Amino acid sequence: MSPSPIALAIDASGIARRFGVTWVLRGIDLRVAGGEVVGLLGANGTGKSTFLRIVGTLLRPHAGTVRVCGHDVVKDADSVRELVAYMAHAPGLYDNLTARENLRFAAAMLDRRDKEVDAVLERVGLIDVGNETVRAFSSGMQRRLAIGRLLLARPRLLLLDEPYSNLDQSGIELMNAVISDHADAGGAAVVVVHEIAPAAEVLDRTVTITEGRIAGQADDDHERTLIPVAASDR
Amino acid sequence: MSLQRDWRRARAIAWKDLTAERRSKAGFNAVTSLAITILVLFGFALGPDTRAVRDAAPGVIWLAALFAGVLAFNRSYQSELDGGALEQLVLYPGSRKAIYAGKLLANFVFVALMLAVVIVAGIILFQVVIPSEWPSLLAIILFGTIGLVTLGTFYAAMSSRSRAREVLLPLLLFPMLVPVLLAAMEATKSLLGGNMMGDAGAWARLLIVFDVVFLAATFLAFEAVIEV
Repeated sequence: MSPSPIALAIDASGIARRFGVTWVLRGIDLRVAGGEVVGLLGANGTGKSTFLRIVGTLLRPHAGTVRVCGHDVVKDADSVRELVAYMAHAPGLYDNLTARENLRFAAAMLDRRDKEVDAVLERVGLIDVGNETVRAFSSGMQRRLAIGRLLLARPRLLLLDEPYSNLDQSGIELMNAVISDHADAGGAAVVVVHEIAPAAEVLDRTVTITEGRIAGQADDDHERTLIPVAASDR
Repeated sequence: MSLQRDWRRARAIAWKDLTAERRSKAGFNAVTSLAITILVLFGFALGPDTRAVRDAAPGVIWLAALFAGVLAFNRSYQSELDGGALEQLVLYPGSRKAIYAGKLLANFVFVALMLAVVIVAGIILFQVVIPSEWPSLLAIILFGTIGLVTLGTFYAAMSSRSRAREVLLPLLLFPMLVPVLLAAMEATKSLLGGNMMGDAGAWARLLIVFDVVFLAATFLAFEAVIEV
């Protein structure tokens, strides 16, 4: 991945979103700079994934604005989709296709060349099983293939929702290497994590969301002391 | 340039769907079996009267195509929903019309293959005499299939987010398909009855108009339908 450096990858202001009558996000303000890796922490159901899905154009906010590299996620969603790559809980693969076919499909949708596929399979450690259907893959192998799809995308902004789940130690190292390379090249990343440990070496900052609001932030030494957010930032 | 990119994406989606289907074969076997079962049951219900069976053939064949098609349309989005692939699909850059075009293409090939088997079975079971104007008959089948697949693919996308999609799709689709199936069935009936110069032409023109209108409308509306 080799995105050029960007000044402000995410500029979110007052983001609110409800499902039915329940407000999941109640006014999130967050700025993420180019080259920065931000970890989103919080208990289940506090709105971390919802925030990520709004930034990725999968959901629309009911209030507030989000700009990705200067593009509004609602008014200019097509441009935003050119810039982001999103890894959800589910790997989003096709069971009846082989690993190679899954990546070939992704390459076609992303306007990448077919010959990049084998290099990506090599990088994620699946080159030997490239012709096996994904149905036969373990959860960890499916996660590796999803990482391969991220590599094909070459985005400016990585949105990763619990990317370490089902990964073994080498998988975690692979994920961290992908994030580090991306950040070193000037790209930004937001990573939803339940535990800091697997992501500790790549996170520049952590942000804790509680009940739909940012409860605090911590810098890159990953001390668990939360830095209170000023009222004006909420 | 953008059209070329969209066309490449549409072909990739169609290739992906057809490859997955070819590998599992479950969908094609189930859908074709259902269609042939419908033909056989109608054959028994209509009894030994050759003329009655022959007259009913166009209606029964299109009815079998309709019921089997609904199964096929539901399945075409099921593969996207199973592993959370739909979110990835709508996140790829570029126009979402390419997604519709790709799904349409895959469903067209799928339903056309199923129809080919059903028509051969129908010809044998219902003792249908193939008319000398068989190219016109093929054209009617082609336009009828386009209409069926256009609406089926669109409404399957619309109902795909609903938990009750298997129930919702027929409820949405059947009323919209009435004009298409009526025109296709009447044109087929006229051709099989040797009435090429009369009703067949009029019904065929009506069928083409429906196809054009539905294709244009569904392409325009698809982006709103697939919005997550």
